Amino acid sequence: MARARTPADLVGAQPGPPFEITFDGRPVSALPGQSVAAALWAADILAWRTTRVGGRPRGAFCGIGQCYDCLATINGSPNRRACLVPARPGDAITTQEGHGHEHLGV
Amino acid sequence: MSTSASDPAAAPEAAGPAEPSGLYDLAVIGAGSAGLAGAVTAAELGLSVALLDTATGTGGQFYRHPAPAAGALRPEALHHDWSAYAGLRRRLEASTVTRLGGHHVWTVSREGGSDSRESGSAGGPAGGFAGGEGPWTVHAVTGADGCAERPVRVRARAVLLATGAYERQLPFPGWTLPGVVGAGGAQAMLKSGLVLPGKRVVVAGSGPLLLAVASSLAAAGARVPAVVEASGYLAYVRHPRVLAANPHKLAEAALHGGILLRHRVRLRTRSAVTEVHGRDRVEAVTVTRLDRDWRPLPGTSRRIACDALAVGHGLVPQIELATTLGCATRATPDRTTALVLDDLQETSVPDLWAAGEAGGIGGAQLARAEGELAGLAIVSRLRGRPARGGRVGKLQRRRDRMRAFADAMAAAHAPGPGWSRWLTDDTDVCRCEEVTAGTVRAAVADLGARDARTVKLLTRAGMGWCQGRMCGAGVACLAAGAGPGEPPAERRPLAVPVPLGALAALDGAAVGPVGEGPSAGPGDGPAA
Repeated sequence: MARARTPADLVGAQPGPPFEITFDGRPVSALPGQSVAAALWAADILAWRTTRVGGRPRGAFCGIGQCYDCLATINGSPNRRACLVPARPGDAITTQEGHGHEHLGV
Repeated sequence: MSTSASDPAAAPEAAGPAEPSGLYDLAVIGAGSAGLAGAVTAAELGLSVALLDTATGTGGQFYRHPAPAAGALRPEALHHDWSAYAGLRRRLEASTVTRLGGHHVWTVSREGGSDSRESGSAGGPAGGFAGGEGPWTVHAVTGADGCAERPVRVRARAVLLATGAYERQLPFPGWTLPGVVGAGGAQAMLKSGLVLPGKRVVVAGSGPLLLAVASSLAAAGARVPAVVEASGYLAYVRHPRVLAANPHKLAEAALHGGILLRHRVRLRTRSAVTEVHGRDRVEAVTVTRLDRDWRPLPGTSRRIACDALAVGHGLVPQIELATTLGCATRATPDRTTALVLDDLQETSVPDLWAAGEAGGIGGAQLARAEGELAGLAIVSRLRGRPARGGRVGKLQRRRDRMRAFADAMAAAHAPGPGWSRWLTDDTDVCRCEEVTAGTVRAAVADLGARDARTVKLLTRAGMGWCQGRMCGAGVACLAAGAGPGEPPAERRPLAVPVPLGALAALDGAAVGPVGEGPSAGPGDGPAA
């Protein structure tokens, strides 16, 4: 394997045109076939949740849906595993604070 | 080859079951190497087979690859032995197997009521069940992350668990910082999403996966300043006969070694990342030399600048579905818990088989052999014939040879007892519940906890979203004090989180014909 400049070069990826999602209101470009977490990583965003106790930033860790560290609020729904959910045009991703149910007052 | 045409498990239409009653001969849980081999083997011999996986595509973690929409012309560039997977996929496409992608199995149950563990498995009646039991029911929730709230039930006369593994993690100061990712996680995100966690990625932990991860990251454009391995590789030399019998493994290691050399990746053995630096994301790591027991050696620390760390300490068999059914388990040489399987891959629970990592970590090639062997054994059982013949014997010998290698490798990379010395009292051990090493140590020293379960009850460590998958090894070790600290074989009624709506929909619902379940139109799930 020679060094490729990017992972997409390495596998000869020819995806369709990129589309836009938003992260906390700002536009992020995503490619067809990417998960929400992959699209955020590609934009150099590594954290999209703050923890319940310490309010610390977290993002994808295990990458395969086992650790639940990558929970995000996607289109208003909290606790979605960003590493599993495919990105779709227009998705609004927001940083999930704590358990994500703040509005319930619990 | 190209994957752009179609991914079998992503096929929109799944064929219905072969029988109008909605009863499959076999349900296979997991569409990785073991599950694919088992499913196509059984289907080619005439069984009706349903193949479930959480992912929409097939291949499992080892052959994880971009979704068809990414248009990857050369997915094999990120894989070893891609042709083996391509072959299985062609057989799957040509088969009658019902492919159920996006199905998260949360439990497996058996109709008939009596305790299946009490009944013997030998000599089941032709076409029937051992001990006169009814068929299995596999319960799943659907959707990319199981949030679709549509429960699905698949009924089958036999079940093959090919549930694979997840990565073992040991905590260290700073491991919760963004930019610290699992080594397998970095690999998975690269293989499927074609993304990297950073530009300079240190790879650390223990086990053969690290070399594979480092060589893929480097080939995909990342700088890898160091691979930090806590064990040495000299331990392999203690098993010369096992090595000689598995030349393919040496070839694989040589391939990774060559790539790492070419990319000038420095391999540091008997060392560990003992601290991560950075405020809100990784800026550097501290690497420290270890003694034979993985105790950090004072005065040997050095700092390496990086923007990401990919870390892991081997793999853990994913066996919750089996242990909840009472399957017997064994401790592996690297102190994980795996299923006890007989010569033909059957668990201690009759009519329940397992193949691949669930029976002990061994890799994709072993998983394929075991999957095929299980497929042959299941066909024989359902037809009331003994499983023997040239192919069975050949697969058994192949399996035994590769298992011996896996055991030697596991022993070489087993975590040393001294690792917990690198923990500070304020290091989070349980990522989900944010329980620190100090709190866990207090539960052990002051409150008398001696095992992970007691620590969990006292501190909430292991009680969060991941159900102890990330902190289990660390907590078990801290709880055991100087002992080996094997994580317990946990019984969990729910193997994955299940929306309440999905549970509510179970109440009073008839177990419907499976073919009308997951892949047909809306309104076809069990009536609520």
